[in-house]
Amino acid sequence: MSFESKLNKGEFFIPECTECKKIVWPPAEFCNHCFGIVSLKEGPFEGKIMEFSRQNEQYFCLVEFENTIKIIANISKLPIIGQKVKISKCGINDGNYFFQVI
Amino acid sequence: MNDMNKVGIVGYGITPFTKDDKKIESILLDSAKELFKNNQKINRDDIDAVLVSTNNNSKYLSPILSEMAGIQPKIAHTIESLCNSGTNSIVSAYSYIASGLADMILITGAERYDSPGQILEWDNSRGEYKHPIFWASIFTKSYKREFSISDEQLAIVSVKNHKQAKENPNALSKKTYTVDDVINSKKLTEDLRLLNCSRPCTGSASIILASEDKAKQLTDKPIWVTGIGQKTTSAGFTKNNSFSSMESTKLAGQTALKMANKNSKDIDVAEIHDAFSVCEPMALESLGFSVEGRGMDMINELHDTNNFKINPRGGLIGSGHPLGATGIAQTIEITQQLQSNAGKRQVDNPKVGLVHNMSAAATSSTVLVLET
Repeated sequence: MSFESKLNKGEFFIPECTECKKIVWPPAEFCNHCFGIVSLKEGPFEGKIMEFSRQNEQYFCLVEFENTIKIIANISKLPIIGQKVKISKCGINDGNYFFQVI
Repeated sequence: MNDMNKVGIVGYGITPFTKDDKKIESILLDSAKELFKNNQKINRDDIDAVLVSTNNNSKYLSPILSEMAGIQPKIAHTIESLCNSGTNSIVSAYSYIASGLADMILITGAERYDSPGQILEWDNSRGEYKHPIFWASIFTKSYKREFSISDEQLAIVSVKNHKQAKENPNALSKKTYTVDDVINSKKLTEDLRLLNCSRPCTGSASIILASEDKAKQLTDKPIWVTGIGQKTTSAGFTKNNSFSSMESTKLAGQTALKMANKNSKDIDVAEIHDAFSVCEPMALESLGFSVEGRGMDMINELHDTNNFKINPRGGLIGSGHPLGATGIAQTIEITQQLQSNAGKRQVDNPKVGLVHNMSAAATSSTVLVLET
């Protein structure tokens, strides 16, 4: 199954090359380092908050996973830089990925 | 570099930046017409290539512009790279001339106010936060945190650039603002107010590049492109390693200055890609005009002394940001400055100018050095 099929079901996997073992991000069919086939690594994964801001009452934050991947996610409470978080909700809405962390 | 032909700017034309609802084809022609009016020595039969810079989705725009302008070029195509499409087009034109493939090239950039280039749909790492105000909010928060800068201090960028835009008859903004006006303008996010942002708009800018011989025939004041640097570090915003400096700008700037055999102290006037207030100090630092974290000191001093050295036409914040036209409009401004033809915006006797144009949260940057 592809990263997007999993994400569409609300599951967050990390794409990894079966040959060189590098994380492939953004998700792709082939590794951008060695063009090897990509498989999906199952979580849960611990992320770290790198930066954040707020629009109206909604905080959004830049979260790093595995020292490699960075995504922008919603978070309900005031984030702290360096705070450890995990993905509580994710999916695809109107073609856009969405992520929520706690 | 010594084996390449020298390349100069021999003509330009620009339209006012507005919110007009016009067809992209008409917008393109508007600045090209202006260009041929400004330099009547240019024979359209001598134009070897027509390059169009835009994010508009219409097809075949370069042959269309060529037909509308009565040109039958050898080379005709569109160039798109989001917000730095304009300088990418200039680099392509430079390469055609320097390699000997062409002698004279028309480059026209144009955009409508509703450009699809404002959102990079591909960048899913941004989740539901794909609008540029969100990367700008992260940059702003990060810059403020790292260097202890306040919203009031950053607001000076917008105050300065609106003030300078008032002397630019083609600018979208016609007003001046105070620091209070900026920090009390519409709140977009916790870290970004409306007056911290450049605005998408309708506009067009055209420029003609030519080989050395041609340039000397066509103008008494050719402006030479002596340095070019480009760097793309990624396409996705979250791939940036720093959110308080611009890696691609740093590398492109170093390459351009090295090619021109200059350093940042030699630059008399510069156009900086201030898509949002925070971008101006970040870019000044990444280009070596200021040490890290002190870009606002330079901006404050320029503002206090009414010195137009940085963003004399008002930057993107004051002039408006018609994506495909922006890099060309920036290059025209530096050309006018070096030709001492910038009216009330004129900087004192500049000899060397710099253009900084970037796209998608500084994932790609172009830097040009221009000289008399």
